Amino acid sequence: MIELSGIRKAFNQGRDNEYWALDGIDLRIAANQVTALRGPSGSGKTTLLTIVGCLSRPTEGRVRLKGGDISGLPERFLTEIRRQRFGFIFQQFNLIKGLTALDNIILPGYPTGRPRHELLARAEELLVGLKLGHRRDAKVEWLSGGEQQRVAICRALINDPELVIADEPTANLDSHLAGEFMGILESLAGQGRTILLTSHDPLVVESNVVQNVVDMRDGKLIQHR
Amino acid sequence: MKLWIEKQRYLIDFTLASLARRKARNIGLLLVYTLLVFMLASVTLYTHALRQEAARVLVASPEVVVQRMVAGRHDLIPPGYMEKIGRIRGVQTRTARLWGYYYDAVTKANYTFMVPAEDAPAKGEIVVGPALERSRGLAANNGISFRSYSGKLHTFIVAAVLPQATELVSADLVLMSEESFRAFFDYPVGHYTDIALTVANPQEVKNVALKLSAALPDARPILRDEVLRTYAAIFDWREGIVLALFSAAILAFGILAWEKASGLSAEEKREIGILKAIGWETGDVIKMKFWEGMLISLTAFLVGFVAAYVHVFHFAASMFEPVLKGWAVLYPHFQLTPHIDGVQVATLFFFTVFPYAAAVLVPIWKAAITDPDSVMRG
Repeated sequence: MIELSGIRKAFNQGRDNEYWALDGIDLRIAANQVTALRGPSGSGKTTLLTIVGCLSRPTEGRVRLKGGDISGLPERFLTEIRRQRFGFIFQQFNLIKGLTALDNIILPGYPTGRPRHELLARAEELLVGLKLGHRRDAKVEWLSGGEQQRVAICRALINDPELVIADEPTANLDSHLAGEFMGILESLAGQGRTILLTSHDPLVVESNVVQNVVDMRDGKLIQHR
Repeated sequence: MKLWIEKQRYLIDFTLASLARRKARNIGLLLVYTLLVFMLASVTLYTHALRQEAARVLVASPEVVVQRMVAGRHDLIPPGYMEKIGRIRGVQTRTARLWGYYYDAVTKANYTFMVPAEDAPAKGEIVVGPALERSRGLAANNGISFRSYSGKLHTFIVAAVLPQATELVSADLVLMSEESFRAFFDYPVGHYTDIALTVANPQEVKNVALKLSAALPDARPILRDEVLRTYAAIFDWREGIVLALFSAAILAFGILAWEKASGLSAEEKREIGILKAIGWETGDVIKMKFWEGMLISLTAFLVGFVAAYVHVFHFAASMFEPVLKGWAVLYPHFQLTPHIDGVQVATLFFFTVFPYAAAVLVPIWKAAITDPDSVMRG
């Protein structure tokens, strides 16, 4: 589904503190499968995730989505791809404080201009599916860590993306909640979605739900299972 | 089109929710902003209405007033002067006038005693201005005594009180008959205070004034247009003084607005990053923040302007009255005719709404173009 070839990413390019976070990544991410990027801090997992998720562009190399080269597309088109094709679950959840769970979930739907009743119906469906229907009107800062993550998952799914990207999804959860997350992941995979995540949590990378594990170190791929 | 409308609705919804989430900050800013617009609009609306009022009242006044000067000071018009003016072409009517000032120790104020050209009160009767009616508690048929400069006490009966509409120029006026006036001030017979001339052709007024100066070298012609200009200058000057006093407030607001509007908080920057990451375009973020700024500044402008309108035209600008209005010691008490000048509103709008909107845009644009991947690293 996604093909990366010769991907390199530099930060502070041309300055004294120039740093290459990714150095020649060639990777094929299979459709309808769960792929995990594993590696220590600073190995380039998150940087690779941002490039795949169209949140940033590679300094060198090509990114192909379903055969089409998207690495050179202007910001506007990348935003559109991000909105239509990807759903994001961030490590810190990144919910907007002061808004209710429901309002946070429908936010990615705003730029699509979809009718409000449609968005709300979809959000309700997702909330009920993740057993969070009773918290729909609660402000997100009043929710527990696990509830916040489930709201973030609902938000990632509101535009019905083909590909879900999750950055260290269990980093802020205890073992019980991490287990619950794996359950959700399994059901998402069961729906035929492509899932790409970063993690160094054995609970995640050693789980049966994850079909592919990509090991990284110092911006390079070192092993691919 | 439907999609576009729906998108704009979402943007406005989110903007309103954003404003509500930072209630304390936004209400504080709105209050200060509204107060500033209120003060500026009050001053400009009030002085503009005053100028209009003065012009309206002076429309009926004579085109030229002739005064006689002796040693550079105003002196009485001697007998025979009127006849000389009569020979100047262009002069339609001439009226010799009698008027003077009287200091009333009771109210510690100056009154203007005057003999009207028409419908003068009967001997021993007076018609008083509304301010006098208030300060001395007068009403029709009341008696009042004034001690003249010669020390003699004169008693008058109030025949009527002048209408409120003319109060700006008639507040301290006392109208009486020629006989009463001459008796009160010991004014010599045949002498007058000045002469009022009407000139049929407005283009001729300046020529008449030139001819007057040539024919009567000791006379000073005062043109109505000059009086109007003087009034305008007085009100402009007063407006300037008040605005100068406000300049510190304006500056303080400028600093506050700049600080509040331009310095995006870390929380706001984070939110912009999240919105971009989940699929909002840079343009959407800028539009949303722009609407936020516009909503605050437009609300402040509308509320401030309407409050100023009510303050000026319904509460007689009670806050600025002592500085902006009146002369002598008696402050006229009158209702201004509501008048709004489009250019004035536009100027006020430009100087209050535009700088704020501009101050908001630049930092938002800067934050909105940053890469959305920053949220991944937050």
